[in-house]
Amino acid sequence: MADYSWPIAGSRTTIGTDVTRIDTPLKVTGRAAYTTDVQAPGMLYAVTVGCPYAHAKIISIDTSAAEKVPGCKAVTVIQKPGTEIFWAGDDVVAVAAVDELSAQLAAKAVKVQYSELPHLVLDASPHPPDGFAQPMKPEVQGDPDGAFAKAAAVVQATYSMPVITHCCLEPHGSVVAWRSGALDVHISTQSVSGIVTQMSKALGVPASKIRVRAEFEGGGFGAKLAADRWGLAAAQLSKLAGGLPVRLIVNRRTEQETGGCRPSAYGTIKLSADAKGNLTGWESETWGTGGVTGGADFPVPYLFNVPNQRKQHTTIINNIGSARSMRAPRQPQACLLTMCALEDLAAKLGMDPLDLVLANIALTGPRAKIYQEEFSVAAKAMDWTKRWHPRGKGSAGPIRQGLGLSFHTWAGTAHPAACSLTINSDGSVAVSAGTQDIGTGTRTVMAIIAAETFGLQVGDIEIQVGDSSLSSSAGSGGSGTVGGMGSATRRAAVDALQALFAKIAPALHADPSKLKAAGGKVTDGQSTVTWKQACAAIGALPITARGVNPGAGALNDSGVGGVQMADVSVDVETGVVSINRLVAVQDCGLIINRKATLSQCYGALIMGVGYALFEEKIMDQNLGRMLNPNVEFYRLCGIGDIGTLEVHLMSGKGYDERGIVGCGEPPVISPGAAISNAVANAIGVRVPSLPLTPDRVLAALGVPS
Amino acid sequence: MNPFVYLSPADQDSAVALLENQWGNTEILAGGTDLIALMKDDIVTPSRVLNIKKIAALNTLAVDQKAGLQVGCLVRLDEIARDAGVLQSYPALARAIADAASPQIRNMATIGGNLCQRPRCWYFRNGYGLLAIDSSGKSLVLQGDNRYHAILGNSGPAYFVSPSTIAPVLVALGATVTITGPKNSRTIALESFFRAPSSEQEREHDLEPNELLTSVHVPPPDGSATAYYEVRQKHGFDWPVATATVALSTIAKKVTAASIVLGHVAPTPWRSREAENLLTGQTLDESIAASASEAALKPAKSLGQNGYKIQVAKVALKRAILQAAGFDVPPSHPALA
Amino acid sequence: MDLGPGPVSIQLNVNNQAQSINCEPCLTLLQVLREKLGLTGAKQVCDRATCGACTVLVNGKRVYSCSILAIDAQDAKIETVESLAPDGTLDALQQAFVAADASQCGYCTPGFIMSATAFLADNPSPTKEDIRKGMCGNLCRCGTYAGIEEALLSMSKTPKTSAMATEGRKRG
Ligand SMILES: Cc1cc2nc3c(=O)[nH]c(=O)nc-3n(C[C@H](O)[C@H](O)[C@H](O)COP(=O)(O)OP(=O)(O)OC[C@H]3O[C@@H](n4cnc5c(N)ncnc54)[C@H](O)[C@@H]3O)c2cc1C
Ligand code: FES
Ligand code: FES
Repeated sequence: MADYSWPIAGSRTTIGTDVTRIDTPLKVTGRAAYTTDVQAPGMLYAVTVGCPYAHAKIISIDTSAAEKVPGCKAVTVIQKPGTEIFWAGDDVVAVAAVDELSAQLAAKAVKVQYSELPHLVLDASPHPPDGFAQPMKPEVQGDPDGAFAKAAAVVQATYSMPVITHCCLEPHGSVVAWRSGALDVHISTQSVSGIVTQMSKALGVPASKIRVRAEFEGGGFGAKLAADRWGLAAAQLSKLAGGLPVRLIVNRRTEQETGGCRPSAYGTIKLSADAKGNLTGWESETWGTGGVTGGADFPVPYLFNVPNQRKQHTTIINNIGSARSMRAPRQPQACLLTMCALEDLAAKLGMDPLDLVLANIALTGPRAKIYQEEFSVAAKAMDWTKRWHPRGKGSAGPIRQGLGLSFHTWAGTAHPAACSLTINSDGSVAVSAGTQDIGTGTRTVMAIIAAETFGLQVGDIEIQVGDSSLSSSAGSGGSGTVGGMGSATRRAAVDALQALFAKIAPALHADPSKLKAAGGKVTDGQSTVTWKQACAAIGALPITARGVNPGAGALNDSGVGGVQMADVSVDVETGVVSINRLVAVQDCGLIINRKATLSQCYGALIMGVGYALFEEKIMDQNLGRMLNPNVEFYRLCGIGDIGTLEVHLMSGKGYDERGIVGCGEPPVISPGAAISNAVANAIGVRVPSLPLTPDRVLAALGVPS
Repeated sequence: MNPFVYLSPADQDSAVALLENQWGNTEILAGGTDLIALMKDDIVTPSRVLNIKKIAALNTLAVDQKAGLQVGCLVRLDEIARDAGVLQSYPALARAIADAASPQIRNMATIGGNLCQRPRCWYFRNGYGLLAIDSSGKSLVLQGDNRYHAILGNSGPAYFVSPSTIAPVLVALGATVTITGPKNSRTIALESFFRAPSSEQEREHDLEPNELLTSVHVPPPDGSATAYYEVRQKHGFDWPVATATVALSTIAKKVTAASIVLGHVAPTPWRSREAENLLTGQTLDESIAASASEAALKPAKSLGQNGYKIQVAKVALKRAILQAAGFDVPPSHPALA
Repeated sequence: MDLGPGPVSIQLNVNNQAQSINCEPCLTLLQVLREKLGLTGAKQVCDRATCGACTVLVNGKRVYSCSILAIDAQDAKIETVESLAPDGTLDALQQAFVAADASQCGYCTPGFIMSATAFLADNPSPTKEDIRKGMCGNLCRCGTYAGIEEALLSMSKTPKTSAMATEGRKRG
């Protein structure tokens, strides 16, 4: 059987190096075509009509005036009278017209009557009015009360982080043509192959007659795994309009109100330790909301299996809009609640939190040793031992500086993936798959692996993704794409190379098993031909090979860890927090493209600064609506807010042999906790809630308001 | 945005003649950075849009030792901030403008539009009216989320904060504005240009619906020391929590006259006579600066969630006073280099 | 003269080409560039002068094309990202973005490129602090700021230290 294993360290020419992405030139020139950029002849523009109430029943819908608006070509009712609506902005009707303006005018002419129902859009209380809470069964392990009674130190506090939104810069949307019983779909998605099945089921069109494309996607972060009401409405409008393509792109308000959010997390946490700092007891009452869809639970205590525990979680079912998986779902919440309690306990014990974490590292299980190594790298980079000071004991004056830490884990398991690889007789190589490159560098990963296998340059490989007519592959979630597509590409490339060797061996009078491809040549050690010359022997029919991710094993693995440290300055008079420096240490098995891996880590840190300092889906209980459905008061991190970022990737012996493990998500888990801990270290008190805005910082400092 | 009739007169008289006696049906379009968003959100729904950018006479800037700064309403913010004369004679103004919004906005936005821009109150911008009063007559701001609302001059019914970060600086410098209507022109202090509306039919300024703000005039520098201090959450391109502008005249280290204006704290730029009086006659030091800022914020009151702004405004003012007096103060974003 | 409602004829000079377009006076320059002229490099993200994804140059100055009426952009020289590499050869700034991996999903990238083009024309030797102030008008959700800063510093005539310390660490 062919040997698919990764080339060993020292023999790798491309894998693990800093490779420039192959598709960035299209992005810097504006030529990369996203769903929003698709223009088809005769295309109609669609606009949706959203419900203005957070909870209501549709009484009646009158679309007659809309249909009469000049240019209006189709109107479809998405949710019929009698339907209950659970969040403001949810789509009720969609209209399509010859241009955007006519569609907007038609949408304004739609008349919908509602009867309002009681709503809740807040989540600060674990005991909301009846019907809005779903308590889960309490869980107990060991004897928490005994542990607290015997403890040398116990801390108890409430921590929280609000609902935030994915806020992908490319909004949700699609361009759909439904004609002659077939669907041609361009959609901004993280799941090209998966959308086919979803649309087939929802619309009754045979999957074989559906083609889904997403050549480029302007951000997903977990919010774009479904066809959504929008994709289906675009299809219905197209059908009604006789098969003309219909473009339905939601606006920023709809995107922010309904396009996806990350559940909030609140927790009253009690944590104890003995005099040496060994964790003994954990008690938590936690709650959070992900709207009506749930998903607001999270695994506490995070990482540490504290011996004695009592936990009670309540999911608040309210009317904020539905949660969607967001970059490492459930982890940032669990991490914040746990790491803040831990740091507070260290402060109470008068310990350096790094010592407290290391004293308890065995409680984290099998990854303990890796965390230890990562902590030592991070501590060195941050100069932790020298620079850390006890809580609140830094310099005097209005500007206080402090350090904080946190760490995390994530599976990163390779997902099901397949690709097709072709070697042509002119030497050109193409790899294609129904996967997607959502900005994580999938195309480049595939090219690197093919190039490495064939001894070619990355630029010699043609990559095609983002089309469901290609080999189907799973959606990009769980950081599984690099492992899935990487493994599939390796298998296809090795098989294709074997086939090539078999073809040319006779002409070279060589034993095919002795042939090697390297440096643009094929050789058995004696005779050498160039890659092109070798491929000339292929003849009329190219070599094609299909590669499938075989699952966990030699090529990929699960489970990564990461440690982060934050250095902040806080103005204790104004409450403004500035990031000085963030250090992230991350492992991810065998690194394929070091440059793109670093970029994922930087990007995650920056998203982390955003949710630590600024982001919050602000809801008004009277109105039931989001007050900041924009990017003005829904503040995203800007270029001036990031401080200096330093990323260390763990690689080499002990890491590379594991094969690929994804790491697009994990580095976003820790920043909230690390930054919150650094702020507590700086100012001497805990700011219990994210984001760490001036009002919250000043309140924690006891400035009267 | 609803379709409209687009009018683009080439001179001021024709422009004024095209205005109406009622608000709402005709809107003036300058740089458009605010008006176009307001129209997209259906906050204003004019059937006529009057572009004034073709009126070359309103696009002039002159700084003169004796006459001061004379700037037409159409001059772009970026041009003012970079003007050598402005930089030299009005450093606090240049600083405030260079800090306002983003480079792109400063290339588009006009000084007239900046002074006439509408409040950013999220109830107003989400379509609940300038005063955000619900069907039962109650204020959505008082019942709802008022973390960014006014702490001064907030006895109602207007609770929004005056949005321009440039206006308070101009007020502190004693600026006047010239307003041109169908019959005549009038020049008034910028301080009295801003008004807190008491009904939905009013606007946030002294303009009549048929008037145009045509120019801004700042007296020549009188040797006073000026400073502008702004506290905001993000490092750049963010609305402030509070700002403070200070202009101090001193003789032998004693303050002989002070002009103190706070921004983003009230429905208008907020001049603090209390602080001005307290400083006058004093020799500046940290404790006098602190007392003045306490005095300025004494009348402040929290609406529920915005009490922190009282503290932030105090600090902004204290630092602005100290800065004007030549002391070092921390930058608003104190990240280590 | 009253123009609109209803389509009117407007003349634009885009990337050195004269364009005659029929459109409602209420259309923005961004809508016209994207929908009427097929220049889809500039993106619509916030549509409210906040994110910078729609940045183009008007008479050499960077502006938000979502917040200018197309009819007001007549008589001006408009440059979009499509003008920078007409024959496919990337300009120095675009190359610097590619080299620094300053683009992930890429949706914000054309706006950043145009904004940075104007920024560097004005300040060819920016410091880190200049970049942080001067590039604040563009937002990126994927978090490419460190790469962008590196790209711009690499263009600087007097390079300063970068925001990212890409110290990959080998174990053992
Ligand atoms: C995200 C964001 C952040 C911002 N941050 C800041 C900031 O920090 N500081 C700050 O000061 N501003 C800030 N702004 C606001 C910006 O400065 C204003 O939008 C701009 O100054 C308005 O000028 P304009 O010429 O574009 O006005 P337009 O949008 O054309 O007009 C604004 C309003 O003024 C009226 N108007 C315009 N000119 C006249 C005139 N001559 N006479 C009578 N009425 C007139 C218009 O009818 C309209 O109601 C920000 C804006 C945004 C979107
Ligand atoms: S789309 Fe124009 S600034 Fe955001
Ligand atoms: S690269 Fe995705 S938004 Fe900037």
